[in-house]
Amino acid sequence: MDAKDEGRHSALLSFLNRAGRLVVTVALTFLGLLLATFLIGRVVPIDPVLAVVGDRATQSTYDQAYKALGLDKSLAEQFWIYLQKVVTGDFGTSFMTKRPILEDIARTFPATLELATAGILIGTILGIPVGVWAAVRQGKLFDQIVRVLGLVGYSAPIFWLALVGLLLFYAKLGWVSGPGRIDISNEYVITRQTGIMLLDTALQGEWDAFRNAVSHLVLPASLLGYFSLAYISRMTRSFMLNELSQEYITTARVKGVPEWRIIWVHALRNAAVPLVTVVALSYATLLEGSVLTETVFAWPGLGLYLTNSLQSADMNAVLGATIVVGAVFIGLNLLSDLLYGLLDPRIRRRT
Amino acid sequence: MAPLLTVEDLRVTFPTRRGPSEVVRGVSFTLGRERLGIVGESGSGKSQTGRAILGLTPRPGVMTAKLLDFDGIDLRSATPAQWRKLRGARLSMVMQDPKFSLNPTMTIGQQLTEMLRFHARMSAAEKQRAALAMLEAVQIRDPDRVFRAYPHELSGGMGQRAMIAMMLVTEPDLLIADEPTSALDVTVQVEVLRILDRLVRDRGMGLIFISHDLRLVGSFCDRVLVMYAGRVVEELKASDLDKASHPYTRGLMNCLPQIDRDVRPLPVLQRDEAWAR
Repeated sequence: MDAKDEGRHSALLSFLNRAGRLVVTVALTFLGLLLATFLIGRVVPIDPVLAVVGDRATQSTYDQAYKALGLDKSLAEQFWIYLQKVVTGDFGTSFMTKRPILEDIARTFPATLELATAGILIGTILGIPVGVWAAVRQGKLFDQIVRVLGLVGYSAPIFWLALVGLLLFYAKLGWVSGPGRIDISNEYVITRQTGIMLLDTALQGEWDAFRNAVSHLVLPASLLGYFSLAYISRMTRSFMLNELSQEYITTARVKGVPEWRIIWVHALRNAAVPLVTVVALSYATLLEGSVLTETVFAWPGLGLYLTNSLQSADMNAVLGATIVVGAVFIGLNLLSDLLYGLLDPRIRRRT
Repeated sequence: MAPLLTVEDLRVTFPTRRGPSEVVRGVSFTLGRERLGIVGESGSGKSQTGRAILGLTPRPGVMTAKLLDFDGIDLRSATPAQWRKLRGARLSMVMQDPKFSLNPTMTIGQQLTEMLRFHARMSAAEKQRAALAMLEAVQIRDPDRVFRAYPHELSGGMGQRAMIAMMLVTEPDLLIADEPTSALDVTVQVEVLRILDRLVRDRGMGLIFISHDLRLVGSFCDRVLVMYAGRVVEELKASDLDKASHPYTRGLMNCLPQIDRDVRPLPVLQRDEAWAR
């Protein structure tokens, strides 16, 4: 009993130790991200004062605004102020929409989140089995077809595919709805709760609106899904080929284990470890907001917002959105690290 | 008594850019419930011989034979389903390095019980009991810990014992041991060999012991095949090893230094094109 308690105690300690180290790492990474965005904001040749007062202001108004923005202080002091603001969620106001940046992001990010999540789900659920099977049928017809489809996925411009998709499935066949997230007739049926259209409509029991939202989502999500599928299936194929050539696969064959189990249990279980990172990074790339897809489909997401802000030199908005994208990357990297440890016993039980 | 395994004119061929390359070239032997050693340098085709008997010639290699008969079953025409029934249950193989031959993401217990899962009708509790008993039989002191351990948590010697336990838990008729101790420390080698020897002897299995170490094989097996460039150049009783007539066998014998003799210059293994023909 005593020894058991002791074991539990040391397990708790090592967990706390690991968690503590993790928090420090994340905090440092985030600090680096903030420093980078802060410096970018100071380096770009956009005068933040002019953006506030306009280019017809008198010199005294200009100076006043200059002081009000704290630009007369030292760079370190400015960064400290910036840090305090960011921590309290104050990213400033957008010059373009005249609203707090945080509000703008809260409005645009769920749209991107919805689209990216649907895309990565399609890409992963289809991409992994396709990649596994391509590895098993290496050099055969199926493998060649997957290779060609993957190549098209990599190299075809997405806006072109998007336009062709709209022309075919929306304009000609009428299978899906066109640009936007939902028809105008449905837009005011629902009240905004999470900002994720599918969730909002489902939670409020508006099933007609739900179906409408799905038919809007399906085409852009499939396109993004296709792109991540091209990458995920290719990586799965190469990880699987590597695993299938290992000695432990021969051991399993010697044991008389059926081939399906060798592929889907023995090999895939080991290939899953590096795959986690691939999927997480693909997801992060989609969450960044794919500007072209969002533009073609008039999808009011983060990518569209970021591009519009850049074009109108709305630095507060650009920096705010950049921080969100950076935070998403940090979060997903963290998640994949945790999953990595969960999937690989060699990392899990390291003492 | 009918032999357990009859091999006649076994050939393994790999296609290469410069035409097919034969790595096993007409190997023939029979095996009863005895211990047969196959010795040769690397590239002599001894491992490929072992794998061919299990139908595990790696692609794109092709195995052919005039006769490949295991206990009345013609292995040349065995279907995948027949192979799955034979492998593990009646034929099995201990491989070289437990670091690579055990699945890193499954516990030893999972890998052991998996062997029983496809070859024995047992409840989960029975499987676990059989696996633990087998771990004990390979002289693992705390089988419970090893049962729950992952391969990377075991030493090489421990891992190889677990491997032997896994391959013997179904009590196969024929075990192929492909350099089972080459990756282990010298001190552990003897122990692992002794365990393997005792289990094979107790259960009356046939054993094919593949190694590059002629003396080790001589002390451990009843009969020895010496392979060179894909052919059997000499077959002799282990007790007659000193009387080996083939120059290659003699060369292998002499390549070990002896403490009481100082031979200078050190002997070099002589190879002759004619042996390979």
